[in-house]
Amino acid sequence: MYPSRFRYEAPSSVAEAIALLEEGKGEAKILAGGQSLVPMLKLRFASPELLVDINNIAALDYHHFSSDGALHIGALCRHEHLEKSSDISSRQPTIAAAAPLVADPIVRTRGTFVGSVCHADPQGDWAACMVALDGRIVAQGPSGKREIPVRSFVSGPFQNVLAYNELAVEAVIPAPKGTALGGYMKLERRVGDFATAAVAVAVDVDGGRVTRAGIALTGVGGTTIDAADAAAALVGSSLDAETIARAAELAAGVAQPRSDHRGSASYKRHIINTFTSRLLSGIAESHEKAA
Amino acid sequence: MTLDEIKIGGMGASRRRVEDNRFIRGKGNYVDDVVLPGMLHMEILRSPVAHARIRSIDVSKAWEIPGVRLVLTGDMLATRNLAWMPTLSYDTQAVLATDKVRFQGQEVAAVIADDPYIAKDACEAIVVDYEVLPVIVNPDQARAAGAALIRDDKENQPDNKVFDWEVGDRSATDKAFAEADVVSEVELHYPRSHPSPLEPCGSIADFDRSTGKLTVYMTTQAPHIIRAAVALVAELPEHMIRIISPDLGGGFGNKVPVYPGYVVSILASILTERPVKWIEDKTGNLISTGFGRDVYLKGQMAVRKDGRILGVRMHTISDHGAFFSDAQPSKFKIGLMHSAFSCYDIPAAHLTAEGWYTNKAPGGVAYRCSFRVTEAMFFQERMVQAAADDLGMDQAEFRRINLVRDDDFPHRTPFGFLTDSGQYGKCLDVALEAIGYEQFLKDQEEARKKGRLLGVGISTMTEPLGAGNSREYDILGIKMFDSAELRVHMTGKAILRTGAKTQGQGHETTWAQIVAHELGIPADDIVVEEGDTDTAPFGMGTYASRSTPVAGAAVAMVSRKIRAKARKIAAHLLEVSEEDIEWELGRFYVRSSPDRGVSIQECAMAAYSNMPDGMEPGLENVAYYDPPNLTWPFAAYVATVEVDPETGVWDVLRMVAVDDCGVRINPMVVEGQIMGGLTEAYAMASMQFITFDAEGNCIGSNYMDYLLPTAWETPGFELHEVVTPCPHHPIGAKGIGECATVGGPAAFVNAVMNAVQHLGVRNIDMPLLPDRVHAAINTRSDISGAPPVRTDSP
Repeated sequence: MYPSRFRYEAPSSVAEAIALLEEGKGEAKILAGGQSLVPMLKLRFASPELLVDINNIAALDYHHFSSDGALHIGALCRHEHLEKSSDISSRQPTIAAAAPLVADPIVRTRGTFVGSVCHADPQGDWAACMVALDGRIVAQGPSGKREIPVRSFVSGPFQNVLAYNELAVEAVIPAPKGTALGGYMKLERRVGDFATAAVAVAVDVDGGRVTRAGIALTGVGGTTIDAADAAAALVGSSLDAETIARAAELAAGVAQPRSDHRGSASYKRHIINTFTSRLLSGIAESHEKAA
Repeated sequence: MTLDEIKIGGMGASRRRVEDNRFIRGKGNYVDDVVLPGMLHMEILRSPVAHARIRSIDVSKAWEIPGVRLVLTGDMLATRNLAWMPTLSYDTQAVLATDKVRFQGQEVAAVIADDPYIAKDACEAIVVDYEVLPVIVNPDQARAAGAALIRDDKENQPDNKVFDWEVGDRSATDKAFAEADVVSEVELHYPRSHPSPLEPCGSIADFDRSTGKLTVYMTTQAPHIIRAAVALVAELPEHMIRIISPDLGGGFGNKVPVYPGYVVSILASILTERPVKWIEDKTGNLISTGFGRDVYLKGQMAVRKDGRILGVRMHTISDHGAFFSDAQPSKFKIGLMHSAFSCYDIPAAHLTAEGWYTNKAPGGVAYRCSFRVTEAMFFQERMVQAAADDLGMDQAEFRRINLVRDDDFPHRTPFGFLTDSGQYGKCLDVALEAIGYEQFLKDQEEARKKGRLLGVGISTMTEPLGAGNSREYDILGIKMFDSAELRVHMTGKAILRTGAKTQGQGHETTWAQIVAHELGIPADDIVVEEGDTDTAPFGMGTYASRSTPVAGAAVAMVSRKIRAKARKIAAHLLEVSEEDIEWELGRFYVRSSPDRGVSIQECAMAAYSNMPDGMEPGLENVAYYDPPNLTWPFAAYVATVEVDPETGVWDVLRMVAVDDCGVRINPMVVEGQIMGGLTEAYAMASMQFITFDAEGNCIGSNYMDYLLPTAWETPGFELHEVVTPCPHHPIGAKGIGECATVGGPAAFVNAVMNAVQHLGVRNIDMPLLPDRVHAAINTRSDISGAPPVRTDSP
């Protein structure tokens, strides 16, 4: 690997990292897991002057549920930590379903959740989960922290709204309204391939009725697609077959797939419909069994 | 006491691979691990466009970068008559482009610098002015009226055709078709694929002006051919050229051709008088080096109602890219495509072939295919399945009727090869029994009633492995025999060298087992060395599954020469005449008095200390082996699949492989070859292809687009064996390296087709990506050609 020349710094605190970003004046890049950035450096698609490696900032390596039930994921939390977390598998089904499907086992040991959301790849898995779960990103700059809802955080393909001197320090997933149900389904040609199409579903249920729902689509548009109407169609329902079919159709309707060597647009739209329907039916079935 | 052959690591022992000891410790020695004093680094600038005239190349900015030692362009090479080089298929190939670029990724300029970062920076500083020309990305475009002429550099090249070729008996075949009850047709595309060895290509050229010697470390499967090619191309004396092929990280045919990077690094070393290292990156490897397949296959089969095949017609249209630069026996233009149908008793056959230039990377025979045997066998097994379906006959029964019977050997194949041995029916039976064929057909019927799609696919084939015999096989006129040299030291340990070159096949392990079998010297006492032209005897290298059939035979033969000499020494030591000496593994003894004997080790010591009067001292020899025929292994592969009708996703339920490769030297190594081959077969059937958009951009230039299967999706394989020894090979072995890659794809594709055929789908071309399978099911029609690159906006 022969990237362009760059300066490399590995600060041990968030404050130092932010100072380095200031210094970089927009020509600095954060290195967390490096699973997207390093290939881009190798191919010289990215040629930053300064690389700020945050891997020495141990304080960013965590994920936990706070007392209000919200899930906090620090900037150094690796995909693998989420995949193997018993907390996640018992309390956050959408994240638990997606974690083992992110890239491949090697990438998962290194790549980070927050880094993946910041990278804003329309084919990234975590952005769809964040949208389905109404997640937020906590950004920290010289003047302190601000919270940015994920829907306004991603501003386009591979673009986010972070200022040049801000570091995304945490992702927050709000507490569910009732029981958190959900799932993630992805069609890929091979483990580690980008998604041909994928669907994230998060449904909160209380008293047999849906209190909140989120559906988001991966790989079928210029950015992650928020299937808000499909999700809205579920709220108040008992996840009956008719509602599920309507939601699946609405989700497929807002997909903006592009025909490429992974499949035709109409096929990808069909997969969105099929996966949305399969996910919701599975959720309805498991909830019924539990109830 | 008689030696236990398995205990000394002889034939039949699943001896652990000795080379793995260094590989798993990270102690392999690959070209990129070699560091020479004063070494410079080379980077190649490649063309971003597929077809363009070069108006100018401005290298001035590159020269200004500190640390740049040399910048080379095609014009500078032309002054030394090195801008073009001959290929191994009687064509020419540009080393660095002078007049035009003819494919995306073609080599345009090279920078030699103090480190690879500087070389890369300097490449980016070179400005090339391209005048873009119309692009041709398939044979249809190549032969269209008014098509742009790609090879305007060649005299007598009015169009884009590479060759026309024909083999077989046209009139006998016409007659067979006239007598047919049913004529079946298929039209297939075998997409372009790439061998993608884990280690890309590279070289370190080290020219020493004081001695006149050129040493080149190179990723090559055939170091001696390279030595000859360098002597001819660079006009250097052959005895002053040393090619060293160290550990190779896979080859699969990709490391047979001569690549421009090798040639440029050699010239750069001569000019700078410093060692020059060139290591290709993965994208460079994928977009510019020897690929596989890219052939359109059409054909018909004439069949009688009772299931007998009467004749076959084949027509192939191959896409060779911008230069005809694969390596294949010079008598055959489309490799061994005419080995198709060799396992079936078919009276008449005719094959026509045409090859075309396109604006794509050159190559065509690489990827574990034995000179296009992969395409031949894929066509054969898809054709056979289509004919069985058209007849309404069970696919296994149809094969059983037409397979060559055990007592029909030697058998003349439809295109004139001579097969010599096999138990084809038995292999098929073992496979069907293992998969539970009859029960599966019942399960399939039941599942269909519930809307589930199950399928079973069969592929049976024999293939010609082990080029060659020197009558028919050559590369550039060099006959395809091979060699082994064995030196037994005085303590009974030995070094063996061959003209082959292991790339993962395990020669260091298995050659020693042949010597152990022949001489009784424990395999652990024998070191095997290959790949250095200054020390190894001349050989044609390792590809086409030829090492065991040819070099492996030479190993047996040289061991027998050693044994013959040791017998004379034994007679001398035992004070009896040679006629009174008997041999058992590792020991000579007196026939009349079996307790009186000497070991092979004692004979070795005597060869240096107590040889008979008049005998040449030492215990060394060399053997060159020219096989009387190819070897003909047989395989029966049976796969079962389930197709999800809603998504088109298909899963392999089971894959049974029955291979008959004759006597197995090391069963574990053989099984490794088969599993690797089946993995590649599954990859090609399910996901692997390289395609090009209308502008000639390569879609498949990295491992996100060109997919190598991982352990996650690769199905499990169930292996079985049948052993029919090769009648002409000294140890009864046949080639095996390529069988599963060659025969496997049709089993998977036939299985998916078997699952959906009742829905009116006759063919889906590879790769069987879910969207293609779904579209076929949904539209009840065939899906043909390479997956299209669609560029419509969201």
